Amino acid sequence: MKLFQRLVPWILLAIALFILPAALDDFRLNLFGRYFALSITALAIDLIWGYTGLLSLGQGIFFALGGYAVAMNLMLNTKSLAGGNGIPKFFENYGVDQLPFFWQPFWSPVFALMALWVIPAAVAGVVGWLIFRNRIKGVYFSIITQAALMVFFHFFNGQQKLFDGTNGLKTSTTELFGQLVGSPDMQVWFYRLTVVLLPLAFLVCRYFTSGRFGDALIAIRDDESRLRFAGFNPVPFKTIVFLVAGALCGISGALYTVQSGIVSPQYMSISFSIEMVIWVAVGGRGTLVGPIIGATLVNYLRSLVSEALPEAWLFVQGALFIFVVVLMPDGIYGWITKGGFRTFLAAFGIAKKAKTYPQLDKEAIPVD
Amino acid sequence: MSEPLLELNDVSVSFDGFYALTDLSLKLYKGELKSIIGPNGAGKTTFLDVITGKVRPTKGTVTFKGKSLLGVSEQQISRDGIGRKFQTPRVFENLTVLRNLELSASPEKNAFSLLGSGLPQSSKDEVHRIMNYVGLTPFATVKAGSLSHGQKQWLAIASLVAQAPEVLLLDEPVAGLTDEETLRTAELIKSLAGDHTVVVIEHDMEFIRDLGFDVTVLHQGQVLTEGPLEKVKSDPRVIEVYLGPPEQ
Repeated sequence: MKLFQRLVPWILLAIALFILPAALDDFRLNLFGRYFALSITALAIDLIWGYTGLLSLGQGIFFALGGYAVAMNLMLNTKSLAGGNGIPKFFENYGVDQLPFFWQPFWSPVFALMALWVIPAAVAGVVGWLIFRNRIKGVYFSIITQAALMVFFHFFNGQQKLFDGTNGLKTSTTELFGQLVGSPDMQVWFYRLTVVLLPLAFLVCRYFTSGRFGDALIAIRDDESRLRFAGFNPVPFKTIVFLVAGALCGISGALYTVQSGIVSPQYMSISFSIEMVIWVAVGGRGTLVGPIIGATLVNYLRSLVSEALPEAWLFVQGALFIFVVVLMPDGIYGWITKGGFRTFLAAFGIAKKAKTYPQLDKEAIPVD
Repeated sequence: MSEPLLELNDVSVSFDGFYALTDLSLKLYKGELKSIIGPNGAGKTTFLDVITGKVRPTKGTVTFKGKSLLGVSEQQISRDGIGRKFQTPRVFENLTVLRNLELSASPEKNAFSLLGSGLPQSSKDEVHRIMNYVGLTPFATVKAGSLSHGQKQWLAIASLVAQAPEVLLLDEPVAGLTDEETLRTAELIKSLAGDHTVVVIEHDMEFIRDLGFDVTVLHQGQVLTEGPLEKVKSDPRVIEVYLGPPEQ
């Protein structure tokens, strides 16, 4: 059994790498690639919300920044999309004949590969540090991150001359290694890349949440000011995790962009960032497996519902969220590992009472 | 006499015109053991808030080892050697007892050093010694949130001891404890005497007597009187504002 438990991650990885590509058609496989890409964002949100107690409603910023970084590089390096000046055609529509200066470095694929996580991380680090050092927490933190999200949304949405505004940047028609990014072959490679990066993101999150650093994060969540009186400054801890989460969201956004074929300001819409939080809540926050389950399952459900009843998804999502908050406060994973079916019954007051009340933890009884 | 370790000079704290402390002056010498009593609202907790950097005084100076503590962050004051236990036992509920103690005992307080290295063996030994002393060893792997109130009090005190401060400020360490637990807590605190400077705030007069420390009575944000317990208890002003007339 122990051996089996240790093998589970490898089995899942093998299924994702070899069985899913064989079993699913290109369209479905691409969808799963997107779910796994979104799972990285869910992991990032779990790192800051589930472990550190920072409910960010603005992770869409970092997600979109990663997406834009990769899309800008792809657009620049695609000859077929270039207009008269050798710059992407959409610029002509707005009478721009010179490439905006900040696009210049994105000619380089190496720069773009770095930028897609360094830029979100830097933005998160600066924004986070300013917020945390001023001791803004709780609901005010959530509001500020949401306000920041709106600022970014309106900036990207309004700047046609810089980012093609609301149209976004289409990547499916761009070329990479002489192939269309949107072609099935390329998409399988992106799928594989995602499947490899997701476990790496998992390991990064585990690195930060286990050990003494992780203890400090949980301590911040439980009682931040108490931690100060133990001699710890919470600001660096919070800034580091927020920065790491920003970088992960950037990677996630880049992977999602190349697989969905477009990056647009819609990635910075308020509802999308809230959905990200819902995935984590549904999967189970405070665990690292939960968010992956949540992001994959909710988005899979979304695809199924949208195909059957195109208008119904938002209702289903709302209902799902209420269902989880009321009946599965620890999310699906917490539900499986902790209470199971009993928590349902308990919510309606018909669960069988435990023999001793208040519940005694078996381990807690002294041996002598 | 030598320089005081901790000195409050004419400290006033005003919350929107209400004075929690008015011109409070108090000296604490190295190795001194002091109990502070006083009616509710006398400013006992505010007094600790001022020392630990949680509240900035409206007026006056606070010095520790000759350095001003005004404007210094809570974490820095803690690192300098002033530790505090809160009135309600504040422990990290989702960490186990052992992890709670290890976090407090960590000599490194910096985020990167916590990422890189484990707890040094000497600190681990110390944590186990303290955990054993307060009888929490059987609960080492239990989350602090599921401990009883008394155990949380002890964990809070133990965390403070694990932090190894020079000055221990204990705000109501025996509130809600049974008589036996109170007795053991008194023993624990007395065992710290010697290398530590201890200030205990309590309402439990039995406990104050068990400790046998000198008593300072606070009233309306000022020191009413100081001295050994018996002398303080017979002071008519203390009887009037705090103890009440002895039973007939």
